[in-house]
Amino acid sequence: MAIDVEKILRPVDNPIPPFPPKYMMLAGGEEMIIRQVTREDIPDILCHVEPLLHVERDYYDVVAARLISELLAYYRYRVQDEYVLVAQINGELVAVVNGRLLNKDIGMSYHTVALRRGLRVGAHAFAAKMEYHLDIIGQKEVLIVAESPIGFRRWMIEYGLEKRFNMAHELGGVPSWALTKELFNKARETLVVGRRPVPKHLLEKAQAAILPPTDPPKAPADLLAATRSMYDSTGTALMAQRWKQEGRL
Amino acid sequence: MREVYAVGIGITSFTRLEYPISEIAAYPAMMALKDAGLSKVDHVYVANMGSARLNHQSGLASAVVDTLSLTPAGAEVIENGPASGASAIKTGFMAVASGLHDVVLVTGAERLREVNNLDATDFVATLTHPLAEYIYGVTLPSLAAMFTRLYMQKYGVTERHLAMVAVKNHDNALLNFYAHLHEKITLEGILDSPEAMTNNPFVAEPLRFFDCCPVSDGGACVILASAEVAKKLKKPMVRLVGVGQATDSHCVHERAEPTDLLAVRGAAAQAFKMAGITPKDVDVAELHDAFTILEIVESEEVGFFKRGQGHLALERGETKLGGKLPINTSGGLKAKGHPVGATGVGQAHEIILQLRGAAEKRQVKDAKIGFTCNFGGFGNNVVCLVFKRED
Repeated sequence: MAIDVEKILRPVDNPIPPFPPKYMMLAGGEEMIIRQVTREDIPDILCHVEPLLHVERDYYDVVAARLISELLAYYRYRVQDEYVLVAQINGELVAVVNGRLLNKDIGMSYHTVALRRGLRVGAHAFAAKMEYHLDIIGQKEVLIVAESPIGFRRWMIEYGLEKRFNMAHELGGVPSWALTKELFNKARETLVVGRRPVPKHLLEKAQAAILPPTDPPKAPADLLAATRSMYDSTGTALMAQRWKQEGRL
Repeated sequence: MREVYAVGIGITSFTRLEYPISEIAAYPAMMALKDAGLSKVDHVYVANMGSARLNHQSGLASAVVDTLSLTPAGAEVIENGPASGASAIKTGFMAVASGLHDVVLVTGAERLREVNNLDATDFVATLTHPLAEYIYGVTLPSLAAMFTRLYMQKYGVTERHLAMVAVKNHDNALLNFYAHLHEKITLEGILDSPEAMTNNPFVAEPLRFFDCCPVSDGGACVILASAEVAKKLKKPMVRLVGVGQATDSHCVHERAEPTDLLAVRGAAAQAFKMAGITPKDVDVAELHDAFTILEIVESEEVGFFKRGQGHLALERGETKLGGKLPINTSGGLKAKGHPVGATGVGQAHEIILQLRGAAEKRQVKDAKIGFTCNFGGFGNNVVCLVFKRED
């Protein structure tokens, strides 16, 4: 008797309500949409995350490597109950957030990656992810970790997360922190924003295409320039560093 | 006194720099030496506020002079809080003007981001009075907030005026490769939209996030030389024509009128008197806007605008690029950044660049006279400089 191995390997997702898209104005006056994407959209996201593998700054390289595996696993049915939200400005991809349901009551936050730095792009996207778990799906709490100090400041400190150090997080097996519904309610007034429904023209623009980020995070200035400049009294190493940042090299 | 000229300049990006503090001081110095066409100097002054405490590096001047291979030139650190930079330039000016030295290198450097923001804020707060201010939790943002509230009540300045300073200086910083913040912001995004309170939360009411400067690392350098040396170097002749410094009470609450910044007033008056000019003669200025309110108030105290009229000049667009008196064309501390010990040297760097006509997209047309105000403590130790292009 033939066995359909794929049927065994492929997890069956539990039904969860969709994330209703929302939009907000950033400090720069641009309107950012946050919406849920489907498996079919994943290849359009992966190509914009891949370059971050080479950004050795603020743990972008680690986060990008892990996010790519999570997106691929979602795309190819090797993870259960995962979802992916994206933030876009004029169609341009500026943030990706994802997570999954550990069980009916507990969410497992995966990653928050801002492809445009500053202006709270990542913070708004993270807040939308928490809103999805706690308000829309109706879970009791979400388990969270941070790879970078920026993440620690944004999540653990700003939201005042509770320790769940007895529970290993799926990211690296490190001790978890938790955002409970009560903590989320406290943060709602100051950290959670967004308007619904999204105007039709904004939503259509976002759905039409996931465009590449125009100003993605870049690798830091060449750290070896410091050493090289010790042997270069002309300062050429520093100029070369500037030209590289300006794209002239 | 001999005439003193700025013959070389250099700067790093004001951002997070993961280099030893001695190298942050050395890079801009190398650029300045290259700019001036010099390979040795008589003396090195290093402006720095916190290397011993934050970076475990005391004796910074000795480290810098050796890193630059400038030994056996004399070298010392000048520490005067956030006004260290301009204080070091003033000291360099005195050395050349007196005839003690012909060429001095003044480099400012700070590496605040080696510690987290809370520790950096606490470190800067150590310049407040230890028994009358610091122990009660006073920080520079909290002092600035109390000052702002009082100023608003007295002169009708609003949060919108403060936000206008931030928007203007962020716009300027977009034109400055070396600025810390390259972020376009709008009044709608930080003040008017439903999301504004989250985008731009209060730090110390009424000051919001975008009213405060970032915590920056960075370095900047200016080389000063006698007229005899300057003429040989064939650089644009930018002369340091005015220097002024004044102090005020250590505790802000001991001032007869807390909204008066008497040290700013005094330092600017001295600098203008030495230069033989009035505030009306200035073409471009860098003011110490660690908080947006300070740009408005300093623009009045130094004499650019009448008391209580600075925010009205801002409304009329007089202080933006293309206005009658562009202020903080570099982006100011607000957006270019504030590596405290380097800040005053960075201000001078911008003015010298402007007077050379080399400020590219943010160039002030036909700029001949430039002014800097470097504000130490909360207005208790202020140094002002006037530069003039002579050829």
